[in-house]
Amino acid sequence: MRRHADLILALLGALAVLALAWAVPWLRFVLTIALAKGLAVLGILLLLRAGQVSFGHALFVAFAAYVVAFLAPLVPEVLLLLPLAALGSALLGLLIGLFVVRYREIFFGMLNLALSMVFYSVLEKFYAVTHGTDGIRLAPTTFAGMSLEGAAQGWSALLLALALSLGFGALVRLYLASPMGQALAGIKTREARLEFMGVSARRVLLSAYVLSACMAGCGGALIAMTTRHVTPALAYWTASGELVFIAILGGAGSVLGPFLGALAYELTRVYAAALVADAWQMILGAVLLLVILFAPGGLWGMGRTLLARRRSA
Amino acid sequence: MADWLAQNGLLLGLAALDGLSNAAAIFMVAVGLNLVFGVLRVLNVAHGSLYAIGGYTAASLGLLLAASGLPEWFSLPLLLVAALLVGAVLGPPIEKLLLRPTRRYEPVLQLLITFALFMILEDLQKLVWGVQPVVNDAPLRLLGTVDVPFGADVIPFTTYQLFVLPGVALVTLIALAWFLRRTLSGRMIVAVTADAEAARAMGIDAGRVMLLTFTAGAALAALGGALASPTVSLVPGVGAQTIVLSFAVVATAGLGQIEGAAIAALLIGLGRAFAVYFEPELEVVIPYLIMVVVLLVRPQGLFGVVETRRI
Repeated sequence: MRRHADLILALLGALAVLALAWAVPWLRFVLTIALAKGLAVLGILLLLRAGQVSFGHALFVAFAAYVVAFLAPLVPEVLLLLPLAALGSALLGLLIGLFVVRYREIFFGMLNLALSMVFYSVLEKFYAVTHGTDGIRLAPTTFAGMSLEGAAQGWSALLLALALSLGFGALVRLYLASPMGQALAGIKTREARLEFMGVSARRVLLSAYVLSACMAGCGGALIAMTTRHVTPALAYWTASGELVFIAILGGAGSVLGPFLGALAYELTRVYAAALVADAWQMILGAVLLLVILFAPGGLWGMGRTLLARRRSA
Repeated sequence: MADWLAQNGLLLGLAALDGLSNAAAIFMVAVGLNLVFGVLRVLNVAHGSLYAIGGYTAASLGLLLAASGLPEWFSLPLLLVAALLVGAVLGPPIEKLLLRPTRRYEPVLQLLITFALFMILEDLQKLVWGVQPVVNDAPLRLLGTVDVPFGADVIPFTTYQLFVLPGVALVTLIALAWFLRRTLSGRMIVAVTADAEAARAMGIDAGRVMLLTFTAGAALAALGGALASPTVSLVPGVGAQTIVLSFAVVATAGLGQIEGAAIAALLIGLGRAFAVYFEPELEVVIPYLIMVVVLLVRPQGLFGVVETRRI
């Protein structure tokens, strides 16, 4: 029953996103970015299941975005660029994962942060290759062979983002239900017991890490294709912090949480950031505190409590 | 090689001196972070903000002093006053209102609570002190410079950076080591670090120890900021930079190591200073690189002790 409920909710959500994008055309851009970030946050959720928090996942977002920017002149096809960027991020995730899965908690979090900041510095300082903080403008791309412009391009990006969100959401659900995913939760409760059962905790965490890097990469590629401009700011640690923030805001209890959180976050930002630009970070911090202290299930958890209350009433 | 040394020798000496004063300030912050982590088991991400606020408070008080016409040498003890003020005003409320009620939460959530606090303090600091750089170099000017002999040449260097900064760091190191090992209160802290439960069973008021340690850690971070404030211009973002840097020091040294933190601070301070003079592109990356390399070889840090696994 629960499985169907989630599926129906996800489809309803997708329809709502499409309806909103159709009714308010300028929101299309915001919604695409929100879904792209939701994909990256889904990766954070996986790691949270293992009790680990990465303060450096923007590294994979930025890496994929730069892969898209560098390859676009050579391979202008979006449907090829996206898998290439995702694959690149997954491989980078494997490489970095082999190193960071040996560490837990703060060491894990801070090593991720350190590596993402190293990448940020590389992007910023090697002007000859990356154009530093100016960033790179994306060359024109095609979608399934068609060169789309303006609104059509926006729609194609949004539909792609929606399809990927639904696909990866389902995949992560399956993954979490599988023995691999169950073992992930075991890392959080007591890792030694997992090892006693003959399960390699490192390998379990590594597989989740690679999947999370791949999803962050998909998000990064989508961001590059939507904003048409990539800058080192994508890799800055505040971007990673934002992903963790959205994960907690949306709630780590369900794969729908990250997307709910990302949509709420991006829509609020569009309206609120202009009003309170000076205190924006302070408000985010206060909301994060309130969610952790009073609504540990995030927006998703709050919604479910409300539903349950109505049903029992 | 000999040619290179002859050409760059002076620069090398200057980098070494800069690195030393740099390391002293980082050490103050890192040692507080380390102490707080040992006792409360929380990596306080907002620790860097306390450094920044300590620096800003010291600079503001110094500027007030200059305006009031009181003797200028007051500005030196004023640095300490600023640090104690920040520690006493911010430390206890943070511990009591945020960390104490959440002690039973998952480590990840506690980490995120301090992260939220960091976001709040960063903007608060921008609202109070603005985004323009704040500078008060009175303590630096007051003490003048000394000529440091270096081979055949001399390097003029400020007395403040050469003696006051490393001096205070050294005194802190010795006092802390003595306090933790030789006094009753210090041993209580060590006991809580080792095993809070067992310490409670022995009649130690762990809650009080945690409050005191957090306040002391906050004051140490603020002191680091106050001491560094005459040598740098304070801008938004300095808190973020500091927390990452001091975490790099703590991770390189190994958690819970006080003397180790001093050595790691020296390593990273010198590394950064050499990068500034010879490969400026690498300045930001050097602390991370040192940390990553050390952790690759020794996952528990240079002086860290491997923890026994709980079943």
